[in-house]
Amino acid sequence: MKFTEEHEWLLVEGDVVVVGITAHAAEQLGDVVFVELPEEGTEVSKDDEVVVIESVKAASDILAPLDGEIVEVNTAIVDDPGKVNEDPEGDAWFFKMKVEDMAEMDDLMDEAAYKKFIS
Amino acid sequence: MDDLKRVFLHDLHVEQGAKMVPFAGYEMPVQYKLGVMKEHLHTRAAAGLFDVSHMGQVILRGDNAAEALETLVPVDVVGLAEGRQRYGFFTNENGGIEDDLMVTNRGDHLFLVVNAACKDADFARLQTLDVDVEIITDRALLALQGPGAEAALARLAPDVADMAFMDVATVTLCGAEAWVSRSGYTGEDGFEISVPATVARTLAETLLADETVELIGLGARDSLRLEGGLCLYGHDIDSATTPVAARLSWAIQKVRRTGSARGGGFPGADVILRELAEGSDMARVGLLPEGRAPMREGVVIFDENDQPVGKVTSGGFGPSVGGPVAMGYVPSTLAAEGTKLFGEVRGKKLPLVVAKLPFVPAGFKR
Repeated sequence: MKFTEEHEWLLVEGDVVVVGITAHAAEQLGDVVFVELPEEGTEVSKDDEVVVIESVKAASDILAPLDGEIVEVNTAIVDDPGKVNEDPEGDAWFFKMKVEDMAEMDDLMDEAAYKKFIS
Repeated sequence: MDDLKRVFLHDLHVEQGAKMVPFAGYEMPVQYKLGVMKEHLHTRAAAGLFDVSHMGQVILRGDNAAEALETLVPVDVVGLAEGRQRYGFFTNENGGIEDDLMVTNRGDHLFLVVNAACKDADFARLQTLDVDVEIITDRALLALQGPGAEAALARLAPDVADMAFMDVATVTLCGAEAWVSRSGYTGEDGFEISVPATVARTLAETLLADETVELIGLGARDSLRLEGGLCLYGHDIDSATTPVAARLSWAIQKVRRTGSARGGGFPGADVILRELAEGSDMARVGLLPEGRAPMREGVVIFDENDQPVGKVTSGGFGPSVGGPVAMGYVPSTLAAEGTKLFGEVRGKKLPLVVAKLPFVPAGFKR
């Protein structure tokens, strides 16, 4: 699993990358009450605002971690946003994307580096 | 958070896992370990203990204290019976609201509770009156709210069970004199308890030892009062909103209105009395977004012709409603329940409907 400074996790699954937010991010956000996901097939550039997530406290954007195409979204978290707090690094993934340049994954933090980043 | 003041129970909050945030010049607990959602639901189901010691407590003494206070508030203070509490607000010359408050007749004096952010201005305002003003700085203020509040407090002081909504009594709690009112600001039954700071921690810990009682932060306090249709000063009401537009006319008793012996005589009386007779241009209403997206403070409201007509003044997710809820101002002509309007969120105009307040039925013990 790789991590961004925006508190996303990325997991390679075959030829796509699964993206979600970290447990640390979910805890900081508080109870998630609303998620708006992009449409499947959307072409995104790194740092595009692709997901809107609202907690009881505030709205935040989730940015595209890399260039690529959104190929699948997790509608289960739209129907039940609370899943993001329950299992942020598992069932409550946000979207899957085809990444243009998989080599860019190497620039992201590994778990040890992310733990240090948030400490 | 160096410049911020601390409440007497600061250490208790930190020990209990509170996330402390700046609020009205104080470091205050916004939530504890349960989180806003669970704290909100717990209060509606059992009992929540809130530290609201940042709020201003003040005593007015003097033969004509009630008459004097009536020059600042469009409320019947003279007619307030001993042992009773009443909601009110300070007004300004334009008919706007300077702060909202609770006023209690405690026999030989009046006891007022005002908002933390406004308290210095309120104290200054009160000191212009020909009365003795005592600002209370050695007492904490706790609120115990929810359907379990009566049972939890009655275990310490059985007499509180006999109090009705807005009754006030002097009660011994943890060996100290507590000033207890059957009121609060969550839409639930409950009590507000002013106690000497010396026993505040003991009282809080005694109440928390009851398994039905949990500490609740300001986050849940906000969502509870929003579902309860209650105004937050600085948001839903401010110096530019009148009581009539805020739909708080119920708090202006007949005796302070046109044609009565003590009608008028408060700041902005000309504006407020005229609006009471003729109505206001704008009206505070409940707003239910039809989708799931919360509409927060500042969201612009549009009519069916795509014209901007108003603004959301409080909004978010209502845990007991199970969806987004909001309050805001719209023209009185668009204030009827069921009126369909739109709120602009992230560039999209999403449907909402004018709804009855409160969103959750009040649990007051009348």
